[in-house]
Amino acid sequence: MTLILGRKIGMTQFFAEDGTVFGCTVLEAGPCTVMQVRTPERDGYHALQWGFEDVKESRANKPQRAQAATLSVAPKRFLREQRLAAAPEQAVGDVVKADAFAEGDLVDVTGTTKGRGFAGTIKRHGFARGPKTHGSMNYRRPGSIGCSAYPGRVFKGKRMSGHFGAKRHTTKNLQVVKVDAERGLLFVRGAVPGHRGSFVQIQTARTGVKKG
Amino acid sequence: MDLIDQLERELGKQDLPPVHPGDSVDVHYLIREGEKERIQVFSGTVISIQGRGIRRNLIVRRIVQGEGVERTFPMHSPRVQDVVITRRGDVRRAKLYYLRDREAEKVRRADLAAAEAAEAASSDDAE
Repeated sequence: MTLILGRKIGMTQFFAEDGTVFGCTVLEAGPCTVMQVRTPERDGYHALQWGFEDVKESRANKPQRAQAATLSVAPKRFLREQRLAAAPEQAVGDVVKADAFAEGDLVDVTGTTKGRGFAGTIKRHGFARGPKTHGSMNYRRPGSIGCSAYPGRVFKGKRMSGHFGAKRHTTKNLQVVKVDAERGLLFVRGAVPGHRGSFVQIQTARTGVKKG
Repeated sequence: MDLIDQLERELGKQDLPPVHPGDSVDVHYLIREGEKERIQVFSGTVISIQGRGIRRNLIVRRIVQGEGVERTFPMHSPRVQDVVITRRGDVRRAKLYYLRDREAEKVRRADLAAAEAAEAASSDDAE
């Protein structure tokens, strides 16, 4: 189980050797440093805290500065924990780079989806729209939301308009098609949550893989 | 430069022929026939170039047995082995979609002429 923090760079096309073409996302992956090791004695669980991307000393808050100073590394912009079942092999200060993944690996990519603001039911839940013309006044309306006397209320969880996006999402089982270790880039087949430049967590695909 | 642009430049083919709309080209395309692979040449006129970077596509049009045939080729695809320019075109626009109508018109006229000729021939026989 490898976890690496990074950034979404953008999308492009990728040609397989046999000429198949597909969309792929370019991700900046690492280098990430172990900032802290959580232990059952002190914290009640096993975990590694990873940090990605240096930030200016003056930009970090005091606790972060102090933590980074003990490791003699720059404070990090993006910190995330990786929960583990047993004590980790890595120690504080260890670094993981893009070459932790190889071509053909399956990965899960977690990020924050693009925020769409207050969205209607068509964009948010994929409802169908009404007719555009012929006197229709039901172009993008949600339609009926329930019955009258019975049940006489709107069911909980009824899909309606509201805030959409800007939410944590994981895209599972994306294939790594290319690793550029020199520049720390990963090319994965398919799309990844978030806009360009947003932070992502890349980890070995969970499906079929035992916890640990 | 944008990193994506730079990556596309590196991943794509390094030496693309300088094709322009209106040029007559032979596209050497690798096709699979069962187990074997061979190169098929598709020759026609470039009526459109779309996309930039690694997504660049060529639309090539030719007339096969009186029927217009268009094929789109991703220029950076490894299946497109070569694009040979046979004749330079002299055109004043980037998209030559008007050729679709023009060629259809030409075909229709040719058919009409053939039909008239056939009719004339049959009436000659009657006399």
